[in-house]
Amino acid sequence: MTVNEFAKVLELEQLNIADGDRKINGAYAGDLLSWVMGRTAGDNVWVTIMTNLNICAVASLADVACIVIADNAEVMKEVTDTAKNKNINLLRSPLPMYELCVNINKVI
Amino acid sequence: MEEQLRFRYEVDGDNFTSAGEASVSVKKKLRQLGFAPEIIRRVSIAMYEGEINMVIHAHGGRADVVVSKDKIEITLDDDGPGIPNVELAMQEGFSTAPDNIRSLGFGAGMGLPNMKRYTDTMKIQTELGKGTKIIMTVNI
Ligand SMILES: Nc1ncnc2c1ncn2[C@@H]1O[C@H](COP(=O)(O)OP(=O)(O)OP(=O)(O)O)[C@@H](O)[C@H]1O
Ligand SMILES: [Mg+2]
Repeated sequence: MTVNEFAKVLELEQLNIADGDRKINGAYAGDLLSWVMGRTAGDNVWVTIMTNLNICAVASLADVACIVIADNAEVMKEVTDTAKNKNINLLRSPLPMYELCVNINKVI
Repeated sequence: MEEQLRFRYEVDGDNFTSAGEASVSVKKKLRQLGFAPEIIRRVSIAMYEGEINMVIHAHGGRADVVVSKDKIEITLDDDGPGIPNVELAMQEGFSTAPDNIRSLGFGAGMGLPNMKRYTDTMKIQTELGKGTKIIMTVNI
């Protein structure tokens, strides 16, 4: 499924869509950035509550298909701006991490 | 690709939020050169972990990337405190990162293990009080 379809079916808030046609392949949830880089595969969905600027670099370098911020964690404008500049798909959900992941598992 | 391509970056030790600029730039260049996504991903992550380490643990340093016919070589060189026990530092979970860095999601002690995991060779030269030099290669 594509990032656009994924965002739609899970009713995710679209903080930035840079490449909505990007294909999703699997998912990983976690907040420790080196774990994320060690455990994700390219094209994964990355679920996290971490919202500092470094998530943009991590998403870009680990080549994830999109970031999904759980729990409606606050995202600063600086981060959405960087997502725009670096072509990162950035989504958000009000659901806590576990519920969100359960739902993700149903659709991908 | 007959000749080598060389890229050199100064990594600023004071600016934590912009850390990763060198790795992002290398990623872009490798993309333009048409490398496979998985090669780019491995180089990008290994270099970023090294770059972040220089910022967090060594007040910045220098990064050199050489792209040649059969491999990509990444050298990270700093004048930081050095690593007292490399074997220990290479273990998953070992970290001396301070709390303010941990609150940003770093400090899991997975950076050096990731650098090893994603590269074909990795050499660490380090001297206490002098600095650390890490040379990694990814075969093409
Ligand atoms: N360039 C360096 N100069 C001095 N010490 C270093 C350097 N790189 C790593 N270290 C030491 O090795 C330890 C382990 O590094 P590693 O990258 O594996 O974990 P970390 O940086 O602490 O956390 P993480 O990478 O998971 O965010 C560091 O905590 C630090 O003590
Ligand atoms: Mg590290």
